[in-house]
Amino acid sequence: MLAFGSTHDILYALTSLTAKEFKVRYRNMSLGILWSLANPIIMMSVLTFVFTFVIRNDKQYFPLFLLMGILPYNFFCLAWTTGTTSIADNAVLVKKIPFPRELIPFAGVLANALHYLIQLGLLLLAAGIVIGPSPLWIWLPVIFVLQILFVSGLSLCSAALNVYFRDTRYVVESAALVLFWLVPIFYSFAEIEQMAEGYSFLRTVLSYNPLAATILCIRKILLYGELFEWDTLVKLATASLASVTIGLTYFRRVQRDFADYL
Amino acid sequence: MAAIRLENLSKRYLIHHKRQLVAQRVWKRRQNVTEPFWALRDVSFAVKGGETVGIVGHNGAGKSTLLEIVAGTSSPTTGRVERSGKIAAMLEVGTGFHADLTGAENIHLNAALLGMSKTELQRKFDSIVEFSGIADFIDEPARTYSTGMLSRLGFAVAVHFEPEILILDEVLSVGDRAFLRQCAKEIDRLVNAGSLALVASHNLDVVAALCSRVIWLDHGRVKSDGPAGEILLGYADGGDLRNQRVLQPIKETVFGADE
Repeated sequence: MLAFGSTHDILYALTSLTAKEFKVRYRNMSLGILWSLANPIIMMSVLTFVFTFVIRNDKQYFPLFLLMGILPYNFFCLAWTTGTTSIADNAVLVKKIPFPRELIPFAGVLANALHYLIQLGLLLLAAGIVIGPSPLWIWLPVIFVLQILFVSGLSLCSAALNVYFRDTRYVVESAALVLFWLVPIFYSFAEIEQMAEGYSFLRTVLSYNPLAATILCIRKILLYGELFEWDTLVKLATASLASVTIGLTYFRRVQRDFADYL
Repeated sequence: MAAIRLENLSKRYLIHHKRQLVAQRVWKRRQNVTEPFWALRDVSFAVKGGETVGIVGHNGAGKSTLLEIVAGTSSPTTGRVERSGKIAAMLEVGTGFHADLTGAENIHLNAALLGMSKTELQRKFDSIVEFSGIADFIDEPARTYSTGMLSRLGFAVAVHFEPEILILDEVLSVGDRAFLRQCAKEIDRLVNAGSLALVASHNLDVVAALCSRVIWLDHGRVKSDGPAGEILLGYADGGDLRNQRVLQPIKETVFGADE
């Protein structure tokens, strides 16, 4: 485990905080955790309708194709926004209990990762029935972990910033909105590459976008039964490790005065 | 051996009189109007294992700021604080409890944040529930608890952590007499075993009953520091709490005689 310079049982503290976030979200609702499945299914239905009947497209397994974009995107956005507000939302804990505060954004991300895991499980079930399982599926956990690391790093940065500038949260929410169009959710990479002919800058930016890389990998594995290019995985891993390293470093630098601004 | 040591410690907050938007500051060159406020000034003292020290002072004297800095959730502006020993801080009733989680779930959360390991908690869980005296409500959400019940549960978890430095900010004042007696016994037990305790309260009877030494804070400075009886009499005379009764034998009047 990461060295947090404390005598805490870090793993236990992290799982307890994550369990809190996870349980609290749907505790008082009669449908409980089913709500975390409702949103992606509704989005999938609407997009399928629009891109089948309104704008024609001839992609095979289009609803599944969409889900493979929607689920990683949804997780990314929810985890990032939850992570961003996590320190401010847990101001009481930050001000009154001495414990490693890095755990709070991590817990916010991990609680969302649990929902994501359930959604992915159902996606796998559907893909297994419609397309058929593949031994390449063993790569999915790697992608999953890298995605968590990437968004954790981002969240550590934005959570710390959000303590000093409460506007951060709205910047993040707007960024998430823009990302929906910048990430290949309802279009594919092939289409990007055609379009971006002559826009090589745009192409490079997109190829370094870890969220886009995640979606690309998941689609290759689940939809086309192909292995992703190693290049993509290396870029994704580099971005994720860089993100979490920068996030932790920045968070630790500025966390000393958190209590004064909450 | 548990110990804390504060050296010339000061804490400054900025009071904002007029907050400007960033746009106003950049565009119209208007500055935020702030004024420094020193919550603590040049505070120095040391406490070693075996001592229970009370912190008294009027509202805004700096008691809570001081305890937050000792606990480590807030940082000093200048000066230093050293502590050795594992810390349990109860800086507010019900912190670390989530209203929607049950008492049992909250025990897990609280213990984990304090720094207990999972196995340690599993071993002590039943004893914590018993100590808290709210076993019947342990599967109810914490939002149904009274402040007294929250304080009981929080204290139960904290003492089972066997802290070497125990910090209590006004959390005992909400308990009933039976619970206070139970707490006093536990604090004595910990302190006799070499721990130290810091207790801030406006309830001078509680301070008098628990503490052997008292530090009187006045506008962020240490006004006096010495044996409990002496300081408390001075504080009750000179402070705003003239009608507080600080008489002997206090221990019996506050906690009642041991049955």
